[in-house]
Amino acid sequence: MATTDSSLSTSPIGRDTPRIDGPRKVTGLAQYTSDFNFPGMLYGVPVEATIANGKLLALDTAAAEKMSGVRAVFHRGNIGRIFRSTPAPGFDRVCEERRPPFEDDVIRYYGQYIALAVADTFEAAKAAADAVRATYAKEKSNVEARLKAGDDPDVVLTTYGPAPREQSKRGDPEGAFASAPVKLEETYVTPAETHNPLELHATTAIWDGTMLTLYDSTQGVVNARSVLAQMFGLPKESVRVISKFLGSGFGGKLYPWTHVPLAVAAARQLGKPLKLVVSRKMMFQSVGHRARTQQRLRLGASRDGKLVSLMHDYVYHMSMLDDYHEDCGEATPFHYSVPNLRVSFGRARRNIGATADMRGPGAVPGLYATESAMNELAEKLKMDPVQLRILNEPKLDESNGLPFSSRHYVECLNVGAEKFGWAKRNPAIGSMKRDGLTLGWGMAGAAWIAGRFEAAANMQLRDDGTVRVSCATQDIGTGMYTILAQLAAEKTGVPLDKIEVELGDSALPDGPISGGSLATSSVIPAVFKAADQAIASMLIIAVTTPGSPFLGHKPDDLALDSGRIFVKAEGSGKGVPFGDLLRRANARLVTGSGSAEMTAFAPNPKFSRHSFGCHFVEVTWQAEIARLRVSRVVTVMDAGRILNPLAGRNQIQGAVVMGIGMALFEETIYDPQNGAPINSNLADYMVTVNADAPPIDVTFLDYPDKEINELGARGIGEIGLAGIAAAITDAVHHATGVRVRELPVKIEDLLV
Amino acid sequence: MHMFEFIRPTDPAAAIAAAAQSKTAQQGADVRFMGGGTTLIDLMKLNVETPDRVLDINRLPLDKIEVTPDGGLKIGATVRNSDLANHPKVQKDYLVLSQAILNGASAQIRNMATVGGNLLQRTRCVYFRDTAMSCNKREPGTGCPAITGHNRTLAILGASDHCIATNPSDMCVAMAALEATIYVQGPKGSRAIPFADFHLLPGRTPHQETVLEPGDLITHVTLPPPAVGSKHLYLKLRDRASYEFALASAAVVLTIAGGRITRARVALGGVGTRPWRSPEAEAALAGKPANVATFRLAAEAALRNARPQSENGFKIELAKRCLIYALRTAATS
Repeated sequence: MATTDSSLSTSPIGRDTPRIDGPRKVTGLAQYTSDFNFPGMLYGVPVEATIANGKLLALDTAAAEKMSGVRAVFHRGNIGRIFRSTPAPGFDRVCEERRPPFEDDVIRYYGQYIALAVADTFEAAKAAADAVRATYAKEKSNVEARLKAGDDPDVVLTTYGPAPREQSKRGDPEGAFASAPVKLEETYVTPAETHNPLELHATTAIWDGTMLTLYDSTQGVVNARSVLAQMFGLPKESVRVISKFLGSGFGGKLYPWTHVPLAVAAARQLGKPLKLVVSRKMMFQSVGHRARTQQRLRLGASRDGKLVSLMHDYVYHMSMLDDYHEDCGEATPFHYSVPNLRVSFGRARRNIGATADMRGPGAVPGLYATESAMNELAEKLKMDPVQLRILNEPKLDESNGLPFSSRHYVECLNVGAEKFGWAKRNPAIGSMKRDGLTLGWGMAGAAWIAGRFEAAANMQLRDDGTVRVSCATQDIGTGMYTILAQLAAEKTGVPLDKIEVELGDSALPDGPISGGSLATSSVIPAVFKAADQAIASMLIIAVTTPGSPFLGHKPDDLALDSGRIFVKAEGSGKGVPFGDLLRRANARLVTGSGSAEMTAFAPNPKFSRHSFGCHFVEVTWQAEIARLRVSRVVTVMDAGRILNPLAGRNQIQGAVVMGIGMALFEETIYDPQNGAPINSNLADYMVTVNADAPPIDVTFLDYPDKEINELGARGIGEIGLAGIAAAITDAVHHATGVRVRELPVKIEDLLV
Repeated sequence: MHMFEFIRPTDPAAAIAAAAQSKTAQQGADVRFMGGGTTLIDLMKLNVETPDRVLDINRLPLDKIEVTPDGGLKIGATVRNSDLANHPKVQKDYLVLSQAILNGASAQIRNMATVGGNLLQRTRCVYFRDTAMSCNKREPGTGCPAITGHNRTLAILGASDHCIATNPSDMCVAMAALEATIYVQGPKGSRAIPFADFHLLPGRTPHQETVLEPGDLITHVTLPPPAVGSKHLYLKLRDRASYEFALASAAVVLTIAGGRITRARVALGGVGTRPWRSPEAEAALAGKPANVATFRLAAEAALRNARPQSENGFKIELAKRCLIYALRTAATS
């Protein structure tokens, strides 16, 4: 593992750092979007379509409109213009359901909004929404779970631009597979999954003349501003989006969904602030979900385990209108060394709400399939699955010939195996026992993207010795407040409790979306440049202010550390607090701005940039009562330098807990008769509960990746979910002898 | 949510008189008693329950747990699930009841939920709980989409062509095995209802779930004196480790002498349209040696009449394993 020098210095980077916003959260002072209330505020409750395919013929709103406290019932006829938000280059103006609400009378999925009731109270609005009667011309809906690729061109449009359906190819994969001495061919299925953060999507729209302020539970205030500006025909400076705290999002809150323009349009019409909080049921219908996937894997290998061919051909479901691409092949082309490879995809349109990014989009279902196939291949080869992976470690990214910026996958595997005690594994099915339980051991690898989004930041040094750092990014529960404070502390030497962090407001310098686990890596250069500029201003004050002890020096002679300006040649001991100098200069503050460009997904990269990792899992199996539990997880991550290991471990542990849900519990089920997501509540859509969460041992290798940013930090979170389901299903097989290739693993799969 | 009047009666007679005006005590009741509200308020928010009047009975003197003269237990209708599960007498003499309650819901819900309310817990069938769907239980005659739809968690015992909804209660399974008696006070006086007679099979009238009539107020439940030396166990099987309704559960109360079972009481949960007492299993156990062969026969007997739906056939095997393991564990405890 890498050793860093941070333990020897006072640097806050790399130290376990409790969240600076923690006290606000546990005392209830932290205001989440739906906690904001305004005088005269109205409440909106959408009316959901109760068919999944057909046409809305008529709406009877008379009864609802007469109800006490009801201000209006909006629908296509009276909502006013809502324009489309159209795609733009980069990560701007992104939304995953492009059709504005009420644009036409066609119903394409169950739960599509057909009206909006607005009243003085939430209760009155809900009662009014329930009283609206719709008449439909219902057609048979298609929510078929078995997927067959539709007729798509070779290149399809996706949320993030055009994508060839044959996304990677090298060599002669078909030929090499045909002649391979050892072959594995299996299909793996992952279900539709619903994000289900605890915090429901919420939005409050306030119009002041032509100025729109939106409190919104968004993972991207800057993007939301662009989307809303376009949907309402406004200059972007007329829109302000605020998101101070999120009760998580898991990607479901990256981009605005249709309830947001509904709230904005209704507030515009009524001239009052309007709050709209979607219901838990709506969370399953109209704010995105992870696509169901069906992935055919064909692996060919030599008898000694060298991969000769890998074909990963997958199909996913998607809504009738949208183009979200579930990129299951994201990690396949570079993960292992194999001379002949093909990754391709097809799409199957269904009467379902839009699919969307969900934690580790694409790679998470993709790695479940590819890592499961690797485990099954290892079994065929009678080879240890760790050794099979090490044997196929590539020297460079074979999909593009680029060197990896920093790759320590083999070390992850070795460290994980050591920590877990993998050498004691007896591969015979059901052979390992403890306390009357059968043990199953499994493992799998992980990978995730790395890079930066465009970001800008601002820093102030103030006359009371405090520092303010600001950036229009968000803290979605992952620790961004603390990261920004750590970065400011790193550059100024000011302790964390003297640093004020402002984020989650589009009025601040444009920051990145909280997505792709890239926000941390993105803000580092922007904050550092802003700090450098602020410090440069400070040094000018130091050498020009009458009475300053630094008169006569040049700014270059000086430096700032521990909050004090000092002459470099004399060392920091004789420094003067910058606050003193500011007061002497009668300046309240100096400010600096910084920005850095996007490097993720940029053309002509010089390096292949990814994070890597692996999971080792133990399950216990009690056949006599068909009881399966995950009892132990060891996870090792190669995710660059970890700025805050405390928050980092928390991220990975949370992802592993979510991965237990992916492997064993989570599944959105569509009713075959009416197309509704039928288990649309937290009793019937099961997520992992505390009692299911085992001890999770997380290790970070902590190698800085200097191709990413100055600190070598890649950012983490999503990678913890990658691969874990494959490790669990492999452990289940080891314990029970049953290979489950369609998630989640259910009791009925194991009752044999 | 339907507008309703909220009343807090302080004496039972007033509560009963008010409730007696309801046209039914079953689905569609226009007057409802409220205990902890953990089922009722939930269903009111979903518009599945739409009472005009809600009578909060928590101010009635129904919250005591007392030992009866014969050594049994009298449990007031508004006793909280947590208080009942943690009562020393229950933990000592009626362990199966304590275990069943503590396997249900969450600590927060158990702190609110009452004994009377739990006796009337409604099904978790997703079609019942969504007014946009057809449901014979909620709206008689509209059909049962669960039979042709999502039915993994639904019943394999006691179902009809009209309804396959599972009774979700854990507490009731233990009370069935303990042969509790439910005491009701109504407009015409009070009466005692043996537990086995309280819940109805769905048949053609799934909207009628109990024998209660308008105005009937559950005042308390009694448990007979504990069988001396009896061994208790409640075993609940489910997908995740906590906070989930049973896929299959078993409450067993065994008395064993000289290696033979002298008395057996068995009830199953998560598989029946009502808390599922199994006289078939009890008959297969009575007088037989307390061994796995006997337990297997009992499990076979208990599930002989099981009828699976498209997604829940596995529950037959799961319920058998659950019962065998519960019997074996209890017998060797």
